[in-house]
Amino acid sequence: MAPNERGRDEIPGMIIFDGRQAMKGYALNKMCFSFNSQENREAFRRDEDAYCDKFSLTAEQRRAVKDRNVLALLSAGGNIYYLAKFAGIFGLNVQQIGAQQTGMSEEEFKAMLVRAGGQ
Amino acid sequence: MARIVGGIATSHVPMIGSAIARGLQNEPFWKPFFDAYKPVHEWLEAVRPDVAVLIYNDHGLNFFLDKMPTFAVGAAAQYYNGDEGWGLPVVPPFPGYPELSWHVAESVMADEFDITTCQEMLVDHAFTIPMALLWPGEGSRAIRTVPITVNHVQYPLPSPARCYKFGQAIGRAIESFDDDLRVVVMGTGGLSHQLDGKRAGFINKPFDLMCLDKIVGDVEAITRLSTLDLVRQAGAQGVEFQTWLVMRGALTGEVVKKHSSYRVPISNTAAAVIVLENKYPALAEIA
Repeated sequence: MAPNERGRDEIPGMIIFDGRQAMKGYALNKMCFSFNSQENREAFRRDEDAYCDKFSLTAEQRRAVKDRNVLALLSAGGNIYYLAKFAGIFGLNVQQIGAQQTGMSEEEFKAMLVRAGGQ
Repeated sequence: MARIVGGIATSHVPMIGSAIARGLQNEPFWKPFFDAYKPVHEWLEAVRPDVAVLIYNDHGLNFFLDKMPTFAVGAAAQYYNGDEGWGLPVVPPFPGYPELSWHVAESVMADEFDITTCQEMLVDHAFTIPMALLWPGEGSRAIRTVPITVNHVQYPLPSPARCYKFGQAIGRAIESFDDDLRVVVMGTGGLSHQLDGKRAGFINKPFDLMCLDKIVGDVEAITRLSTLDLVRQAGAQGVEFQTWLVMRGALTGEVVKKHSSYRVPISNTAAAVIVLENKYPALAEIA
């Protein structure tokens, strides 16, 4: 197989962020990239809908943003590195994000990480 | 001539930066983690590098999807940190070494690596945290730096073999620079972890331990993996191990391991550090 074989659906439980995803998620990721600025994070907090309008998010992306649903954001083309800035607005840490995606409680998710150290 | 004194690879987990910012180094959870860097400090005091060539991946501070270079070389006199959006305090800038940056750019280009050069480049936690870990306090601003990024955001990514060869080109570039300098090459990221998807929380200790072992004496065992093999075995963000391969490539063939440490979990990540030294002096030194 080629060193960079195209296999976006090949690894269960994740989406490879390839050109297809990058095109699909461009507006959403552009909005999330803007959250590197404190001023923009505050603008989003003040009026979420108006902020989403500015970046012309798709209906699917708007729904995922409204629901704070990480799996739906990823499926709508979101990239985890930019989505992390969106999660930052709500003060979510990576354990909370992991828990939400795996359907575990935060404590269960943390316990799973600790168990991985004992493999 | 410039000489590579060795290589260091370390994780760059944001939570480490937050622990440093809050002064938690002596808390019970953190003390063993930070203590594992003491042998690294001792090694650095012995080899006294003037310059750090630091290979890392940008996490959406400097680069957006509008322009996504596979390999980029910083060529600035100063590198500023910036707000990444999720709360890590912004740290003061780091001094660069533009003459060495341009020499590296010219040399690797002649070696058929068509890199992007950046006269302005914000450095994110993957640069600032390793600098703070290796040179705590003000010491990190006494070292001049050349940041080099590998794209880990948007596929296609370079292969492990390509990253290793890029490191070899960087090694040749450094050792053909005229100034008398001692250079440490750094790779940052990993080891196994995954932040996104239902597979979030994935950690693979046996694979990590294999990588920590093979990177010393049998790097081909890793470079024959495909990028997706690496994702499968190390997790979506575990692919950052490629920065370790770039670092390893910059060293001469045989290396000696001076120190390593492995700890799970730090945040969602299997955290590790390794110090490698060339077994034989570089050709430039013998000549």
